[in-house]
Amino acid sequence: MVASAIFILDSKGKTLISRIFRGDVDADITGDFCARVIDVDDESGLKPVFRVDSKKRTYAYVKHSNLYVVGVTVRNSNAAMLLEFLNKLVEVFKEYFKEVQEESIRDNFVIIYELLDEMMDFGFPQVSESKVLQQYITQDYHVLEVPRPPVAVTNAVSWRSEGIRHSRNEVFLDVIEKVNIVISGNGSTLRSEILGSLMVKSLLSGMPDLKLGLNDRLQLSQAGNNRREKSVDLEDIKFHQCVRLSKFESDRTISFIPPDGEFELMSYRLNMQVRPLVWVDAVIELKATRVEYLVKVRSQLKPRCIANNVRIRLPVQLDADTPSFKCSSGKYKYVPAQDELVWTIKQLKAGRELVMRGRFNLPSIGENQERDIATKRPITVSFEVPYFAVSGLQVRFLKVMEKSGYRALPWVRYITQAGDYQIRIV
Amino acid sequence: MSKAFSNAKKGELFELKAELNSQSNSTRKEAVRKTIASMTIGRDVSGLFTDVLNCMQSPNIEIKKLVYLYIVNYAHTKPDLAILAVNSFVRDSEDPNPLLRALAIRTMACIRVDKIVEYLLEPLQRTLHDQDPYVRKTAAVCVAKLHAMNPELVQDQGMLDSLLDLLTDGNPMVVSNAVASLMDIAEYRPDFFKIDSPLVMKLLHALNECNEWGQVLLLDALAEYNPRNHDEADAIVERVTSRLQHANGAVVLAATRIVIANAEKLSSDEKRMNSLKKLTAPLISLLSANGEFQYVALRSIRIINQKYSFLFQNDVRVFFCKYNDPLYVKFEKVELLIALLDESNSSIVLQEMNEYASEVDMDFVKKSIEGIGRIALAHEASADKCVELLVALLKAGHDGVTDQAVVVLKNIFRSYPQRYLSVVEVICNNCESIGEPDAKASMIWIFGEYAEHIPQVVELLGELMEGFSTEPVSVQLQLLSAAVKVYLARGHEGKGLLESALRLSTKETYSTDLRDRGYAYSRLLSCGDEVARKVVMNERPAVSDTRGEMSADLQADLSRNMGKMSSLLMRKSASLRSPTAPPVLTVRDSDNLLSMGNDELLMIDDGPTDAIQGRENGSEQFLGTDDLIGALPSVANGSQPPQKDAKAGNLLDELFGAPGKRIDRQALERVEISFNSSGPGVSSSMLPVAPATAPARAQPLPPVDDILSLPATQPQK
Repeated sequence: MVASAIFILDSKGKTLISRIFRGDVDADITGDFCARVIDVDDESGLKPVFRVDSKKRTYAYVKHSNLYVVGVTVRNSNAAMLLEFLNKLVEVFKEYFKEVQEESIRDNFVIIYELLDEMMDFGFPQVSESKVLQQYITQDYHVLEVPRPPVAVTNAVSWRSEGIRHSRNEVFLDVIEKVNIVISGNGSTLRSEILGSLMVKSLLSGMPDLKLGLNDRLQLSQAGNNRREKSVDLEDIKFHQCVRLSKFESDRTISFIPPDGEFELMSYRLNMQVRPLVWVDAVIELKATRVEYLVKVRSQLKPRCIANNVRIRLPVQLDADTPSFKCSSGKYKYVPAQDELVWTIKQLKAGRELVMRGRFNLPSIGENQERDIATKRPITVSFEVPYFAVSGLQVRFLKVMEKSGYRALPWVRYITQAGDYQIRIV
Repeated sequence: MSKAFSNAKKGELFELKAELNSQSNSTRKEAVRKTIASMTIGRDVSGLFTDVLNCMQSPNIEIKKLVYLYIVNYAHTKPDLAILAVNSFVRDSEDPNPLLRALAIRTMACIRVDKIVEYLLEPLQRTLHDQDPYVRKTAAVCVAKLHAMNPELVQDQGMLDSLLDLLTDGNPMVVSNAVASLMDIAEYRPDFFKIDSPLVMKLLHALNECNEWGQVLLLDALAEYNPRNHDEADAIVERVTSRLQHANGAVVLAATRIVIANAEKLSSDEKRMNSLKKLTAPLISLLSANGEFQYVALRSIRIINQKYSFLFQNDVRVFFCKYNDPLYVKFEKVELLIALLDESNSSIVLQEMNEYASEVDMDFVKKSIEGIGRIALAHEASADKCVELLVALLKAGHDGVTDQAVVVLKNIFRSYPQRYLSVVEVICNNCESIGEPDAKASMIWIFGEYAEHIPQVVELLGELMEGFSTEPVSVQLQLLSAAVKVYLARGHEGKGLLESALRLSTKETYSTDLRDRGYAYSRLLSCGDEVARKVVMNERPAVSDTRGEMSADLQADLSRNMGKMSSLLMRKSASLRSPTAPPVLTVRDSDNLLSMGNDELLMIDDGPTDAIQGRENGSEQFLGTDDLIGALPSVANGSQPPQKDAKAGNLLDELFGAPGKRIDRQALERVEISFNSSGPGVSSSMLPVAPATAPARAQPLPPVDDILSLPATQPQK
């Protein structure tokens, strides 16, 4: 009911790999795909799901670097599942051979066939845990020794195999929060949200059962905890499949048997008004033969917090040349390929304000209208603030229970990063 | 040259053949790899069938898998040779290693050769009861594969019962694959498998144990179930709600589909509200996925929003476009912004849309301007603000922006006649910068329509008339109509204009449309100005915008298929039924129309969707050029509802058939009546508003250009 075939096409639409799962499509989709995606001039008609009526086929695809990973079906299949599967496929490829590009696809076609065969049967997705797949699909088989499918494949705990051993039992928790913000030209925040994710690196033996405590307001009140702790309203959470969702639904406990190694335990989204942590104000003045920039950046962080690796990307006119700038701190770099001026500041302490000013020359001929276009792109900013979670989320405890009764050490780190951090220019 | 090439190729095959038969394991392995590599890039290596088959005995699992792949690929071209592989398959299906057993039946069931199917039966029966769940889950899917090839055989062998038995298997993956298999077979034979109440409870229970894909498969099956009572609906929704927290977006959407489908069946209003409200946050969260999945999420939100708009009303800001969103995501977001606009948020939405109108990407700019126009039509309270924004854009004078603004303003003029007279002057002052045919046609229509209020209209049109012969037909038609209107409004002053317009369109053109219309006008005018005024200056049917709203019927169908292909294409699920599935009772004229290209076909095919398609594609969505004339639609379109046809038809015969013949006034009055009653745009009669079962053939097949203009003349409710 899902895919009749999966294709991997190069940037010109040529088939690199095709795996046909059902007999209702043929192996040549290049023509259709070129006509509807690759050779389309008018980008407004481009959609990730489209149908070719004359052949009664529907296509869904994801684009990854210079590749198209395409699923084809003749039925009213579950497109959401197909697209998620294609994404997972790319992720698994990444785990297997790092970079997923035309070259690596060609070089690894054997393993790709094997993976496709294992991950999808008759168009139904089967397994997509790369850790588990790697136990029985590898590039270097020992001759005469045929691997057996790990129990985990079909088990209820399909993400962890038994018999894992670590000499030191440790588990690392990283709370990573990304701030997405769009600030309008007049300085008001148009939208802001925090996308958080809890990354776990689990180095635990056996089949540990973990319980995580957060300062989630609902969790605290459920536990009858009346201490006046600062709590966070976690409304919108998504969990890794290892978390017992029904348990969470009933009493907000986050309990799980973790996969081995690194994984994203949960992600959450907070729709809250965030004060811009790093404030940028740019005045760009277009003159006849030059364009002048005056850029100010100010940290609005709490005392003792430091923003590291602050990068401010400013749009630059297509035909600008000979930049000459002065910054009160940090370095600037002109990137003509991106039409950007990048100002990099290693460390920005709380409350500091820095200034950069300077100009580009412009050839005297040139259309002002085209030049205007440059300033329609927003300024984008990236930075990291270590030891700080902007939402105020805290890990209160992480209990590890395993039948052998070992003691495990949990480590927690916090970091806040700029995600889509855009400031529009007036 | 070509000969040398083919020789080289032959040489290569020859070499491969030798290597495949080599004694050395590593050489053989390399040769198999090379063979598959050739196969992958589409070279025909079927000639090596026997040689590859020889390698099947290899104990090396990698070689084995490759050989199997090769066999699956070429078996149908060499069915007789493929039989030779059967023994090896059967032997592998008894191997102590479950991986090999599964591999053997999985591959065997993929070979679409009749003779092999017979040999599959015994191993399949055996593996369905295998002790290893990995083998059972593979065998479960094999039943569906076999059914696709030979349904009778599956039935005769009682395999469907074995499959039903697997539903009570202890292993979650076996259960989910069995369900998927059964649902797949049920698509061919809807009567054979129905999910009943005890099974629902079992599946709900299994949901917690399955991996993410198994969950989606089970949820898809559960969505087909129609609960018998409130309690059952309550239980299903309650159990499914926890899935909304899953990291896999497909699980979230499948769960959403079930909540929506059962919402109306819940035992209390309170429960309904609570369950529905739980959807908002998880759906919005899907917008942090990659572009492709965002598109799926946005389309689903659009469908839900039509019925339960309160779910997203307070979150309008999350649909603001990011600079780096893919275009298709931006378009969906704009659609949602338009749909979500109300008193409380109109100012921020419009401000945001205005921001988009000055972006770089021209397609997006146009879409936003069009959006502003649509808001004006749909939400009268915002109309003034919209016009203000559009005028500012018009004055800014950027290429393309001006054009689109004029097209949009024309629609607003149609909707609110005589309200924005001051804008007419702005358009007159900016007429130099308007270049695109669509925009020009719109501008000329406005000139004609407001001839009384534009002092310099005769000069303006006169200048445009000079370039008449170089304009596309759409603009020429407008010039002609405008000249007639100016003449009727300004009398003598416009006479010169009218004369040249009539001459150019009747004598100096190859376009039959234009010539017909030219003659129609001259006949009409020959009946006297009063009659002509009555017809030409007649009240226009009002246009409005439904903000992408679809019929309740379509909305319900799309919600039932949320996240599936049909909901993303915004087409009725029946139109996507697979060719092998039992045909639904619809009569289509698609064969006749095939030559017209897919998109036109699509509109003819499934009624209500074209409303959406039209709105998405057409910049000229409210009125086509035929409507712009406002008065003589039937002359151009030539197709009328039958009973009206008689009246108008006779008259048109008189108009066209007998040159110089005088037409009595009464007859003309009748034309007028029939024009009015035919509603906005004649095409209403040929639009497939009727249910899909209505035979399309019963209606006269319209001429090609009418079909092309279908989205344009779409009547707006």
